[in-house]
This record gives sequence, structure tokens and C-alpha cells, in this order.
Amino acid sequence: MSGGDDVAEARIPTRMGDGSRVDMTRSELRADIEAGTAEGARKAKCPPLGADELDHLLDLYASPAAFAAVDIGDQVVLSCDGGGSKMTGTDLQDLLESEQRLGQDILELWHIEYSYKAIKTILPFQQQVMQNAQLMLTAPVQYGAQPNLAFYSKPDGPVANWFELLPQGRIAEAKAAIDEAMEHATRDFVYVSDGMMAAGADGIDFDTTGGAGDADLLSTLRAVTHVRGKWPEAGIELGMAGEFVIGIHGELEWEGRRLAGMWPKAQLEVAQDAGATIFGPAVNIRASKSCAWNSAFALTVIKPCMEVARIPVHPNVGQGVCGVPVNGYPGEDASSRAAKACVEILRCDGL
Amino acid sequence: MDVTHALAAGMGGIRTAGDLVARMQMSRGMRLKEAKEYVAGKLGCGVRDLSDSYAMEQVRGDRGLGRIIDHSNLHPGEPNAMYAKFRIADLLDLRINSVERFKELAGL
Repeated sequence: MSGGDDVAEARIPTRMGDGSRVDMTRSELRADIEAGTAEGARKAKCPPLGADELDHLLDLYASPAAFAAVDIGDQVVLSCDGGGSKMTGTDLQDLLESEQRLGQDILELWHIEYSYKAIKTILPFQQQVMQNAQLMLTAPVQYGAQPNLAFYSKPDGPVANWFELLPQGRIAEAKAAIDEAMEHATRDFVYVSDGMMAAGADGIDFDTTGGAGDADLLSTLRAVTHVRGKWPEAGIELGMAGEFVIGIHGELEWEGRRLAGMWPKAQLEVAQDAGATIFGPAVNIRASKSCAWNSAFALTVIKPCMEVARIPVHPNVGQGVCGVPVNGYPGEDASSRAAKACVEILRCDGL
Repeated sequence: MDVTHALAAGMGGIRTAGDLVARMQMSRGMRLKEAKEYVAGKLGCGVRDLSDSYAMEQVRGDRGLGRIIDHSNLHPGEPNAMYAKFRIADLLDLRINSVERFKELAGL
């Protein structure tokens, strides 16, 4: 054999979106990255990543290194929603470990029933933990839970189930049920937020917002506005459930802007206008695509945020979002690459 | 996951000045560059020092801003936790909610 064309291209260990390891060539990785950004640009109607950004992403994913990290001095703030293990004795011990051993920048007190509707019933218990934690910790501690609007529909909640009414064509009844659910939900978000701030919290985290669609987001934005007004220096983090707001209701608006169909840039704009101080875009992983494809896709749809952000942007890099595999134990090679890519290509403010 | 991100991209919390920069993001909505410059200005150090555990241990100790405590780094008599947050509020010209609650409940 002779000639460079016959030499097989080296295969580099990398991962798929489900976390499994796969060996790909540099050419295959480049093709995936180009396809990922093209798909992101097509879906979010935004520009694809530039040539320099694609090259940088390729160098990151074509490296066989077991771990990747940002350059010295480029580190960002980590807002650790749902942080800790819940297996370290008490919540207070868990938070101390997160501060003293893991070096987290923003700590979060949370309960395993990670929903404002559930937390409402145990608020004094959570307030006591927050008060005690604030005496013991130096780093800021926010309180976090999810809006989970669907919990307000029958059989879990008091309102007619719009997910059953909509397929039956009972549109007006479904929309009325959604309106009623939002009233209940916002009231709970405000009740818990006020309670935790009164107990000394440094801020409130609305985590996985929009999981039940546009009404989920609207009920949260209303609560954000309340917290901003009542607690002027409170941190308010609004983290999203996905890259696209599903139009379950379809006609809901925030100050004239329709929520259904919003991509991260528009999500950020309503969040910061409502009074949030940290916005967390989330882009769900495609398990059958490589992590390189997923990172390219996520960065492409989030990047327009960075040009209009007045508040810090912390892309979600938990399991199954923004290039981190959807797996109970995502490989640190993949997770660290996702973090490095967000910091170096988006120039984001945190994670 | 927590460890991975802390090592790959995190500022380091109270090992460095990550908590201080975080407070400016949370309470004032400052973007990262602005928040780092604000904190570095208040501390009288360089922006790059903010995520340097060697540099910040000295600064935090000198100013009583709270440091990591373990068996080989004990600082009895030095401010930590709530004590340190009083100093952080003064340093950053910030109203820290738990400090205000402490004053109220302690009758200060």
C-alpha cells in the first residue's frame, strides 16, 4: 500500500447523547458538529456557529483527554440548582459539604419533593433549615423548586385536566382550566418564595420552568415580578426545562410577547424584563446523536442570548442538557467538555 | 457531576472569591465581567486573582471573609459563616438578607 489516502484516520473515543462510548474520526466529529449547528440554526432561526467556533469545538471533541477545563482566570460562577447528594446526613451537612469540599459558588437548599406545590405544605420545616443553614454558611444559599404546573390538574390537583380536555376538542374548557391552574400556581410560588426570603434566603430558584408549556412559564414570570418587587436584592434564577416553550394554551403573552414557541433568546428577554437576575437556558440532549452534535446544537440556539443579555446567563449543564449525556453517571470527559464549550464559545456568565 | 463542573469551570466558592462574585450576580444582576471587576476593585486585587485559591486564601484571611476549614487549616478566632457575612456585606456594599435577619432576631 502507498499514499496518504490509504492511511486510516485515527479513531477518537467520545460519547453519544445517552452516555455510551463511541469511537469517531476527526472527520466524523466535524461532520456532526456542522450538522448540529445547521440544525440549531434551522430550528431556532438564528445564525450557525462561525468557522472559528466550529474549529474550536472540533479541537475540544477531537481530543482524547479524559478531562477538559477552561483556561486559568476564565472560571465562571456555578449556580448549583439541586446540588449536593441528599445522602450526606442532613440538608445542613450536605450544604456544608457543598461549600467546604466542592467549592460551589451558589448553594441551593431544596427538598426531594422538588415542586412548589409540595413545598407549600412543609414550608416551616424548610424555613427552619434555611435559617440554620444561613448561620453556618458563608456562600450564598438560594431556595429552589420547580413550578410543575401540571400538578394543579386532576387527579393531583383541583383543576380540570386540560391534557384530557384538549384531545377532546374542548378548547375553551381547557383554557379556562389552565387559567385557573395558573392562579393557584403563582399563589404557591409567591407563598413559598416570601416564606424562604423571610427565613433569610439569598434568592429563589425557579428550576425547570416551562416544563408544562407556556402557562407554566407565565405563572412563573408573575411570581418573579412579585419577588422582585417585594425583595429588591433577592437573587432570582429562572432556569428553563427545554429550548422551546410548548404552546399548551397557545395564546398566553408576557407584555405583548407570545410565550408559545419561544427559543432561548426570547425566553431570556421575558425573564429579565420580569425581574430575574440569572437566566438558565436548557437544551435537551438528543440521545441518538453524539455529544459533539449536541454541543453544537445547544451552543447555536443559546448564543443569541448572549448578545441581548442584561443579566447573567448560566446554561444548564446537568444530566441530559446542553451537551451533557442523559445518564445517571455522565462521563466526566463529556460533562467537562460541555462546560468548557459553554464558557469558551458562549462566554457565558456561569453554569 | 458537581465535582466535574467545579473542576472544569467553577470559580471555587469560598476557596476563592466565587461566592463574592456570585453575590453580585444574584443581587445586582451583574454580568460576569462586571461582577468580577466590582469584586476585584473592592478587594484591591486583580481579576485573575479571584479564582486563585492561593491568592484568595490570604486576602480572605486578612479581611475576615471566611475560609475553608479543615484539620490542617483551622482558624479559631477568625470570622466565618455569619460573622464573615457581616464583613462581606460591608465590603461589597450589599444588603445580605440573612445578615439583616440576624440583626433583627438578635435585637442588634
